[in-house]
Amino acid sequence: MTAAPTQPAPSIVDWRDQIFEVFQDHDVKQVYHVPDAGHGRLIEACQKSNSIRTLALTTEEEGIPLAAGAWLGGQRSVLLMQSSGVGNTINLMGMPKTLRFPFLTLITMRGDWGEFNSWQYPMGQGTPKVLEAMGVLLYSVDNAAEVKTTVDAAARSAFNGGQAVAVLLRQKLIGIKNFGKK
Amino acid sequence: MSTQAHRATLQRRPLVKQLLEGADDNLLVIAGLGSSNWDITAAGDRPLNMPLWGSMGAPVGMGLGLAMAQPTKRVLVITGDGDMLMSLGSLATVATQMPDNLAIVVLDNEKFGETGNQATHTSPRNNGPTDSGAGTDLAMIARGCGIADATTVREAGEIAELVKDVRTRKGPVFRLVKVMVEKLEFVMPPQDGAHLKDRFRQALLGHP
Repeated sequence: MTAAPTQPAPSIVDWRDQIFEVFQDHDVKQVYHVPDAGHGRLIEACQKSNSIRTLALTTEEEGIPLAAGAWLGGQRSVLLMQSSGVGNTINLMGMPKTLRFPFLTLITMRGDWGEFNSWQYPMGQGTPKVLEAMGVLLYSVDNAAEVKTTVDAAARSAFNGGQAVAVLLRQKLIGIKNFGKK
Repeated sequence: MSTQAHRATLQRRPLVKQLLEGADDNLLVIAGLGSSNWDITAAGDRPLNMPLWGSMGAPVGMGLGLAMAQPTKRVLVITGDGDMLMSLGSLATVATQMPDNLAIVVLDNEKFGETGNQATHTSPRNNGPTDSGAGTDLAMIARGCGIADATTVREAGEIAELVKDVRTRKGPVFRLVKVMVEKLEFVMPPQDGAHLKDRFRQALLGHP
């Protein structure tokens, strides 16, 4: 296996912590995830937080009804997933529209920018299209300097504007997956 | 295992009525699509009922999200075997959180009721070419997922205890109730999802 050359930007640490700050600014109380390297640092920050309940899912699909239930009970939530997990959610992704509740998901993209694994391309390339088809508003960010403002705007559209919103964290931002190195 | 030995005798509708008897503002109810929806509605539509008209596989996750958001309220999920089979992993996720205010009741008639009573996987094996399942035991699956308090109810004599467990016992409580296959009247709640959600939040939180 050839390790793809990757040069994470010096700010790579910062934007993950900044997303956590946005969660706190918006009073997010529940965070759902399937283990993911791209979201790893953020997931750990959520797990260590006293104000956020962090749940590992068996499949990304579980995150939508969880978010619906949290909102019914007066709490805000975020679903963290990889583009490959988006396909698992599509039928239930209709729930935010049907029930009209705020929904926010952050998606780390694969099959997007210099991806070495051909198996990641179909869902990676399909991700924006299927989300759009389900009426999910899309934000996209590939520049570390714009992550905080983008996630904040997405959270406002979701929690204040009542929309279902996905932020695509592009592979160019995250770095090309480099096996063997963290 | 013979079908005869375990022929279900319990009727879902009076049973659900008993489960919801005297429901007050402390009882938050989510019902899965189809028969479970009509069952809770037949027991009396109320704002703190969230009956689903679709989203198969969603009720347990919804119940968990709600139970975590409202730890002082009792959350009751009522759904069918077909719906539960579609989200078995959600039972493992419940077990990671162990919400003490969550009860899950699966009304298991061993059929996909909304599509013409085809056998689900909980139907017995060797039940003929069109009506066989795998004898899947959902209570055993719940226990295997880590919900220790997961049992099966088959007899009328067990209903009083079932009601008590579902309403008051420290959760998570999982009860698989074997019920008859019946043709029952559709008793429908409002269908608009946003309306159902808003009236629920209004009743619970004081704002939509």
